[in-house]
Amino acid sequence: MSVVTETIHAEKSSLRWAVSDVLTMARRNLLAIVRIPTALVFSILQPIMFVLLFRYIFGAGAIAVNIPGGYVNYLLPGIIVQTTIFGAVGTAIGLAEDLQHGLIERFRALPMSRMAVLAGRTVSDLGRNVLVLLIMTGVGFLVGFRPHGGFVNYVLACLITLLFAYCLSWGFAFIGLAAPNSEAAQAMTFPLIFPLTFASGIFVQVSSMPGWLQGFATYQPVSEVTKAVRYLMDGPNSLLPSAGSAIWVSIIWSVGLIALLGPLATAKYKKVA
Amino acid sequence: MSDYVVEAESIVRTFNDGDVQALKGVSLRVPRGEVFGLLGPNGSGKTTMVRILSTILAPTSGRATVDGFDVVRSPQEVRRRIGLAGQYATVDENLTGLENLRMIGALNHLHKPYVASRAKELLEDFGLTDAAGRNVKTYSGGMRRRLDLAAALVASPPVLFLDEPTTGLDPQSRQDLWSIIETLVEGGTTVLLTTQYLEEADRLCKQLVVLDKGSIIAEGTSQELKTSLGATVLSLTFHSTLDAARGLELIRDVSPKPANIEGTVVELTVEGGPASAAEALRRLDAANVALAGLTLREPSLDDVFLSLTGHKAEDEVATAEDATAKRKGRAS
Repeated sequence: MSVVTETIHAEKSSLRWAVSDVLTMARRNLLAIVRIPTALVFSILQPIMFVLLFRYIFGAGAIAVNIPGGYVNYLLPGIIVQTTIFGAVGTAIGLAEDLQHGLIERFRALPMSRMAVLAGRTVSDLGRNVLVLLIMTGVGFLVGFRPHGGFVNYVLACLITLLFAYCLSWGFAFIGLAAPNSEAAQAMTFPLIFPLTFASGIFVQVSSMPGWLQGFATYQPVSEVTKAVRYLMDGPNSLLPSAGSAIWVSIIWSVGLIALLGPLATAKYKKVA
Repeated sequence: MSDYVVEAESIVRTFNDGDVQALKGVSLRVPRGEVFGLLGPNGSGKTTMVRILSTILAPTSGRATVDGFDVVRSPQEVRRRIGLAGQYATVDENLTGLENLRMIGALNHLHKPYVASRAKELLEDFGLTDAAGRNVKTYSGGMRRRLDLAAALVASPPVLFLDEPTTGLDPQSRQDLWSIIETLVEGGTTVLLTTQYLEEADRLCKQLVVLDKGSIIAEGTSQELKTSLGATVLSLTFHSTLDAARGLELIRDVSPKPANIEGTVVELTVEGGPASAAEALRRLDAANVALAGLTLREPSLDDVFLSLTGHKAEDEVATAEDATAKRKGRAS
């Protein structure tokens, strides 16, 4: 038997196998997004609905911002941050489903890399977020978004957004592994994701919020990321003459989050599966 | 090369910080090239044992090797040599049958061209060629189970763990799966199979151990187990359940072995064979209890199980393991 084992197994270094396993898992997760209609609606259609909602309903008069291009230029950078963060919910749901269906058990009995399940899941969510960013950029242009920050800064803003969402998704991975099922996983993410995205500078200026909320809304990480992304995309204007420390603070938040959440999710994975 | 492919020594596994003892020191040895049966009711520890041997779960204490490799110290080596399939049919619903096999092939680190030809071969063998390009979501229970088994076989592992492979299947699908398993064993694969169906163990397994509440309570060939019971089963059918209950009272002490009543049927394991049977009939006749039918037969594994555990094999015994399965939303 050992002779057979040697000939059918391909030879690669363990690092290359780890990369290959992560990509195999990521590919499988991305295929699921395409094939589950609800996942597709959740990750692609919902962000577009949000853009239309805030552009044409709330942004038509209820919310006014005095910058060149008006509210749409204020909104789009924010909503790009919001949709990538919402996408991280998919990490929680996907992992909870795999656990629920016993797939993770099967993976654990395979000679694959130990970290491939979590890394593959977060990498596929990163891939989906790249797609979402492209779509949001396209939809943004269609509804009148005209960034003044220049192409390089736009790409930089996208990278900051993707980095933050990726690091955050390790926290959602933890939730997915802790939840009894995928519905519960989804429910558990909402109390986190709503204050993070709505009590922030994503849709409205923090200064318009009640005083007790302003402290949180100003300094919480999503507001910092939004500020950095907005400055880079829109360029300096009267509302945001400089990014201040927002770019560095965003990156520090991201690195800090993954340093904390990565090991937490990994430990949970070892425990539950 | 050892004659035993799987060797486990005093495996103990506790859950909830020692509150629940799922396995209380189980030792077993699986000979190469045979189907070895792990027989027991729900919650007896069968699944826990399979999870330990397939490196999913670490034993609390004890030692186990698969094909010579320690499950705790060399898990990757063990994983390269095993296939795992079972009642939960863990295949990816969002992929097609073919994609599932390709994914498992890739994660087993096999050459791509090999996986392609192997997948084609397995899909054909298991009657899934026509469904290969369809999402697994559209598969029937039997098809899923066959795909699950095919996935376990992509890497042609010398050792196969099958955890209740036919639970919940219709009789035809069960027969199909049995033939597949028999073919595999003819090809040299060693199979460790758990089941709560005695018929299944009787048909497939050369050697078996009976597990109850985390301990082995009997082991041997199915013939040995039946012989150890050393008795004949007298099966009496009465006209009413009331008669059956009365009848049981009258004849219970004919044999010290356990008796079983189900509806209008009373089954009594008797040692003296025909003589004991005649005694039972005399007593019923004297008390004017009429019989609707009578058979005298060799004991089945069911009888062995009843005699060993005091309860039938399919009886539900709720345990921590069930609770775990339910938490994961896959209770059977």
